[in-house]
Amino acid sequence: MTRLMDVAEVIRSKNSGPYELTFDIIFKDWKMFREFCDRNLIHHGLVARLYNIPEKKIINIVPFHPAKAIKVTIERPVVSGALGDTDVYGAQQHAPWLSLEFDL
Amino acid sequence: MEALRVLSPTAILGYGFPMESFMRGMEQHPHAIAVDAGSTDPGPYYLGAGYSFTDRMAVKRDLQIMISAALSEGIPVIIGSAGGCGGEPHLEWTLKIIREIAEENGFTFKMATVHAEIPKDIVLERMRRGKVAPLSPAPELTEKELEHTVRVVGQMGVEPFIKALETGAQVIVAGRAYDPAVFAALPVQKGYDKALAIHMGKILECACIAATPGSGSDCIIGSIRDNAFTVEPLNPGRKCTTLSVAAHTLYEKTNPYLLPGPGGTLNLTETEFIQETDRRVQVRGSRYAASDSYQVKLEGVKRIGFRTLSIAGTRDPNMIRSIDEVVEGVRERVADNFKQSSLDYYLDFKIYGKNAVMGPLEPLRKTQSHELGVIIEAVAKDQEMADTICSFARSTMLHYGYEGRVSTAGNLAFPYSPSDFKAGGVYAFSVYHLMDVSDPCELFPMEIEVVGRREKE
Repeated sequence: MTRLMDVAEVIRSKNSGPYELTFDIIFKDWKMFREFCDRNLIHHGLVARLYNIPEKKIINIVPFHPAKAIKVTIERPVVSGALGDTDVYGAQQHAPWLSLEFDL
Repeated sequence: MEALRVLSPTAILGYGFPMESFMRGMEQHPHAIAVDAGSTDPGPYYLGAGYSFTDRMAVKRDLQIMISAALSEGIPVIIGSAGGCGGEPHLEWTLKIIREIAEENGFTFKMATVHAEIPKDIVLERMRRGKVAPLSPAPELTEKELEHTVRVVGQMGVEPFIKALETGAQVIVAGRAYDPAVFAALPVQKGYDKALAIHMGKILECACIAATPGSGSDCIIGSIRDNAFTVEPLNPGRKCTTLSVAAHTLYEKTNPYLLPGPGGTLNLTETEFIQETDRRVQVRGSRYAASDSYQVKLEGVKRIGFRTLSIAGTRDPNMIRSIDEVVEGVRERVADNFKQSSLDYYLDFKIYGKNAVMGPLEPLRKTQSHELGVIIEAVAKDQEMADTICSFARSTMLHYGYEGRVSTAGNLAFPYSPSDFKAGGVYAFSVYHLMDVSDPCELFPMEIEVVGRREKE
């Protein structure tokens, strides 16, 4: 099993506007990026499980070839800065990805 | 067409830049210096309260250098989203700094001010005509929600900047603007391809964040030609690579291939990133599709109360084990104690070391920490009531007798005296919508003045 952290150069989260949270996974090499894309390893079911959210809260999962990256965007559970929010910039919501393991 | 160069000194006005990088940029004789001063990232407070999230002295330092260099070179300085949020108080704050710089240095120049705060009655009137739609996943705007909104700004596109450039203004200060607009305005005015101009603006707006190693406080220069543009950092210690530039395209966006903005969408499906030199990247093939109707993004916030916080920690393993029970017990005590006065309040506990960072998204349910940080938060309709709730919750939590307690002198360690802090007004986003306009400039009135002209003796 290989951890995502070991094949990605960047794993980050950030607001995309106050209502959305977006994750960028930028791979270290093309081979790995293509394998993730070809085998559809990052899919709706996985994201829903990882963040314990219904699949309909996932806005999109887009591979972005120029950056050998996969982008995942979800609805924020709480709007940025609203009562009950925990991370106004959304910059610390990426941790669950780090230890994700894949059979590669 | 000859190349047109735009210098972007820093990611956000006030974030600073090394003088050497800036001078290296000026040596290339740019045609404009442009800077984006804002973001919604710091949350709803700053737009509502009318303050900048950047520091005055830092903003003045950056502006002083930029204006001084632009005046000697005879090129415009273009500032968008002044004061961080681009509302009237934010614009006024920035103008005051600029006038001060002019006075202190004996500068005289023509300045264009472009306003971006939208009167609520305009929004209401358009809303009733069905011209206001939520930017999903924001909810539909209601008249009541608009009534509670304290300030609305609109994101202007390149058009108001072009109008300002046409007046020959040397300094253009605009309220809320689409981030790339300040960089794209001059190229679009001069007839360069709009798609390339906006895409170049997209990269320049965060300055060297698009370089490697990345930095939000270092200069980058963009150069646009007929069918391509290039970007290059101005610090020899950094470089732009096809990957660093492409990766930046992902930043804070929902879909990196389709980037909607005022009046249309930038489409990157055919974009090519080419490594031109070791440090310079060329970009070509980006396309732009104008939308059927020109839409302006509105941002607005409402005030929802006042906040008081108390900061504490616990190191007791029994307390840590019982923390959920303690929090629940304190909530009940507070509710019970004030039930006669039917107080309306919001009480929350952030338990750092458990799930305070990710809240509902946290996959780890149990804490493994030997100590926990506790922030008690009360929000109520006025500061006094928020103080009351926070204070009562804090004293209740301090002495709460949970099951298995052995440390009967107090449950919390307070690092500060006073233990409670008034955090002032609390705001929430209430407007995040698109509004149809018939003229891209209609919401953004402009004024021209000559700054620093001495009155006749």
